[in-house]
Amino acid sequence: MRVMVFAKATESSEKAGAPTPEALEAFAAMDAFTEELVKAGVLVAGAGLKPSAQSKRIVIDGGRRTVIDGPFAEARELVAGFSIWEVKDMDEAVAWAMRSPNVMPGRSELEIRPFFEAADLADYMTPEELAAPRDGERGKLGVA
Amino acid sequence: MTGSAESSASRDGTGLVLACGRGRKCRVTAGDAHQAETDRAIEATFRIERARLIAGLARIVRNVDHAEELAQDALVVALSEWPRTGVPDNPGAWLMAVAKRRAVDGFRRDQMRDRKHKEIARTVDETRDGAAAAIEAAIDDDLGDELLGLIFTACHPMLSPDARAALTLKVVGGLTTDEIARAFLSTEATIAQRLVRAKKTIAKAGLTFEVPRGPERAARLPSVLEVIYLIFNEGYAATAGDDLVRPGLCLEAQRLGRILAALMPDDAEVFGLLALMEIQASRNKARTGPDGALIPLTEQDRARWDHLLIRQGLDALARAEALGATAGDAGPYVLQAALAACHARARRADDTDWPRIAALYDRLRVVAPSPVVDLNRAIAHSMAFGPDAGLRLLAEIDAAPLRAYAPLPAAKGDFLFRAGRLAEARSEFKAAATLTRNARERAFLLARADACDGKH
Repeated sequence: MRVMVFAKATESSEKAGAPTPEALEAFAAMDAFTEELVKAGVLVAGAGLKPSAQSKRIVIDGGRRTVIDGPFAEARELVAGFSIWEVKDMDEAVAWAMRSPNVMPGRSELEIRPFFEAADLADYMTPEELAAPRDGERGKLGVA
Repeated sequence: MTGSAESSASRDGTGLVLACGRGRKCRVTAGDAHQAETDRAIEATFRIERARLIAGLARIVRNVDHAEELAQDALVVALSEWPRTGVPDNPGAWLMAVAKRRAVDGFRRDQMRDRKHKEIARTVDETRDGAAAAIEAAIDDDLGDELLGLIFTACHPMLSPDARAALTLKVVGGLTTDEIARAFLSTEATIAQRLVRAKKTIAKAGLTFEVPRGPERAARLPSVLEVIYLIFNEGYAATAGDDLVRPGLCLEAQRLGRILAALMPDDAEVFGLLALMEIQASRNKARTGPDGALIPLTEQDRARWDHLLIRQGLDALARAEALGATAGDAGPYVLQAALAACHARARRADDTDWPRIAALYDRLRVVAPSPVVDLNRAIAHSMAFGPDAGLRLLAEIDAAPLRAYAPLPAAKGDFLFRAGRLAEARSEFKAAATLTRNARERAFLLARADACDGKH
């Protein structure tokens, strides 16, 4: 299963400016952790995100679209980074997340959100729509 | 809440907080009602370490079964100790130290005290004396190497590909015998038997679980790649029922491929295989229509391709090419990945770079000669340079092995149709229709045969 792991923003992650020596050290710890995820074949993608001061929101209300410039209040409701992991189950995702270093000074939060998968949609789709690949392509090369 | 837990951990609100190193706290729910949850958390941690644990132990005890048992013993100890002590800072090293201690106890019981065993005993005693950091460092140094050694051993060419696949899924992938049986649509007894035989063969041959070096490494790598791709194809070509326990073999193979790529960062073919699997897997959701029929690549809804996987695949391919596999020396996996990438890069089917695909097939048939490659090459040339080019190459193919292969007359029919030779095309489509065992494919081919009449 695929999960997205959100690193929630904090007051410090929302601050702009050059990283402090502590932050650089924290980044190094994060790199080591990421390396572990790569070695285990778990990491699919991931990135850190700039502070909300550099972001924009588009509010869609019926047919209306409104652009709102950052920064946004409520740091803990914001996301400072994300990564996508391929794990066997939520237990494994949690076990990995427990190993994550804390890149923020003080309290920080990770949130693990599983992706919707075809099986979750079983109630809304026909079995035919959910049917997985069948035989016929085995052994073909290149142009699968 | 258990008494032992209360004695060594502080309460925080409703749950129990356990120190887990570096000043971090991890909340482990401790009430008896939540015992199962705690166990699951510990087992998940164990699963992350399991393959490397078995790899390290196998190198010491030279026996896969024994290594698996020792790893399992370490889990049992963790299940009884971690709820009290918290998850250690380096769970892998902790589990390894426990398992090694067990191994030494076993050696002692067996009165086998040669020098090697004393050496192990000494490192374990050092751990007891608190020199844990030293042994952890040593373990960290070796771990990648040991895991690679285990993979090479499980994929030893002396074992059949099926045995290699089962053993790799068991010891590296951490699948149960039952899960492997479901994955290969086999019975648990058959797989168990296959595993027993494979382990016996390894023990009898006295394999050392080392990573082969130099020319031997290059000679044995193909049998590793073959097994991972076999596992992938087993999943890619399989039927999926509503059995949720059945593991995703494609995912398992992709994970193995990623692990191997991290362990062998300098081998182009390893990255070629990884790229091939990621890009092929990216099409999984688009490969079948609502009626369950396979949709040809050129007709798939490309919005349903998994663009994350495509990116992963293209990155891996770029890595393979940076490792020097661009020129004439690319191996079969890099070439196939490059082929798959041509399709992945095309936003629309019409954007497909067929001349490049044709050129890649020209090279693939040299490094991996097969009549199927020749057929695909003819198709690619027909797309790139017109139906006559395809017909010319078809005429050169050794058709004997493809006598009962429906795609051959189907391709020929397509070339003839496009060349305006409708009567000949019609008979080729008819021939293809009689060869295929797939009802939908037959209907499709007969419809194409009819279309030849319609054009008169």
